[in-house]
Amino acid sequence: MGSVTMRIFRGDATGGELVPYTVETDPGMVVLDVVHRVQATRQPDLAVRWNCKAGKCGSCGAEVNGRPRLMCMTRMDTFAPGEEITVTPLKTFPVIRDLVTDVSFNYEVAKTIPAFRPKAPEADGTRRMYQQDVDRVQEFHKCIECFLCQDVCHVIRDHEENKKAFAGPRYFVRIAALEMHPLDTNDRIELARLKHGLGFCNITKCCTEVCPEGIHITDNAIIPLKERAVTRMYDPIAWALRRVRGEPAGTPPDPDRPAT
Amino acid sequence: MAVAATISGVRERPTERRDAWWAAPLTVVVAFTAFVVYAAWAGTRTAGYYYEPYLSPFFSPCIAANCEVLTFGAPIIGPWFTLAPAMWIVGFPLVFRATCYYFRRTYYRSYFLAPPACAVPDARGSYSGETRFPFILQNIHRYTWYVAVAIFFVLAWDALLSFRFPGGWGIGLGSLILTAEAVFIGLYTFSCHSCRALCGGWLDSFHGRPLWYRLWMAVSRLNVRHGTYFWISLTLVVVADGYIRLLSYGVIADPRIVFGP
Repeated sequence: MGSVTMRIFRGDATGGELVPYTVETDPGMVVLDVVHRVQATRQPDLAVRWNCKAGKCGSCGAEVNGRPRLMCMTRMDTFAPGEEITVTPLKTFPVIRDLVTDVSFNYEVAKTIPAFRPKAPEADGTRRMYQQDVDRVQEFHKCIECFLCQDVCHVIRDHEENKKAFAGPRYFVRIAALEMHPLDTNDRIELARLKHGLGFCNITKCCTEVCPEGIHITDNAIIPLKERAVTRMYDPIAWALRRVRGEPAGTPPDPDRPAT
Repeated sequence: MAVAATISGVRERPTERRDAWWAAPLTVVVAFTAFVVYAAWAGTRTAGYYYEPYLSPFFSPCIAANCEVLTFGAPIIGPWFTLAPAMWIVGFPLVFRATCYYFRRTYYRSYFLAPPACAVPDARGSYSGETRFPFILQNIHRYTWYVAVAIFFVLAWDALLSFRFPGGWGIGLGSLILTAEAVFIGLYTFSCHSCRALCGGWLDSFHGRPLWYRLWMAVSRLNVRHGTYFWISLTLVVVADGYIRLLSYGVIADPRIVFGP
């Protein structure tokens, strides 16, 4: 049995400070266990959001030594003995109290993404999706909505004003899952480009680095969306092919059209 | 969208990260700046880039009348041009790399500090990403990829010619360097994200399109190491040019085995 000093943010929307707590630790503990021990033995009013303790509910996101992490998946034995550990709430979202933030920004963005609109059924009345197409979008459905990617994305983390125009990586994953879905008929590219701020992303890949589910957010969701936007807007060969086929050249669908 | 402001106070401190987050961007600045300085020097030379049968990749394809060797047999640029022939070529791969998705990530972090590392604040107060000039021009990466493919085939041809010596076919150290350089340029070019999008990435369904699916899977596997190929190919370009210059200036001799005509 050892001990650890953990500096935890205590405060609310008006401000706060880092308060050091020294508590005993046991082998196998994770950061969330230590926070709970502080809560149980020192500060019963310490606010922390958690649920599954298994890295699947996405509730206990915080910044541990400045890095967005799930507290339940951050083992204490990954720190050097005697190292002081800092735990702060997710910086991108407003603090409610202590380690609990108001993540409603994300739910508001989610409402702006048109729902799945499937093709008409085949002649036998079914809709089919083939394994290789399932495989491609399966990764996107691993998202647990912990919002660590949203937190670390500098577009909104460091520039509050961009929240009006930028959906964030989690929602590009959602858009990519629908855009690449073989049965979905909604056009997502113009929406991603014009309403969700695809062009704001400068591909610094921090979202991918922090994703606890290991989703390749940048390589498999954002860049393919950017490339589809390039095909639509900028590629001369794609433009020429559309003209040869008699398709409307560069006439984007109305992104404001009602989604079904 | 509802927008709520984050609070001030402790949370406004630059970063709580205590690891060496600055090491990676600093390393990139040092390494890439060194490359740019070398490329600027080498690319403005009018001699020393050809040592039969080796042609420096900075100068290939060599298309000006003042080239020491003409890639296509006849000049495309007339004798009025007297500066370094690399000036006609080097810009294409440079723009291809400058708009590369992997390298954008790297130099946005290292040179623009936007952000310098994850969860470390941007250096600038405002940010518009790639929505405005000049960064909206990053969308030309697709165009530059088309040119990069053509340049790869020229470099592959150069690599093949590097085995043909005045006395006949053989293998020299330069042949191996130019071959390795062409291979890694190829891996870098065909692991590109634009290539991945063109090779099936644009499809919503692979069903009934097995060749597209195999192609997309193959490029996807290469794409995982796109960044690695970027740095290896960049290094090999410098190594190849440097090696040919040392041969050309008579500093070293090329170890080779020639089998005869």
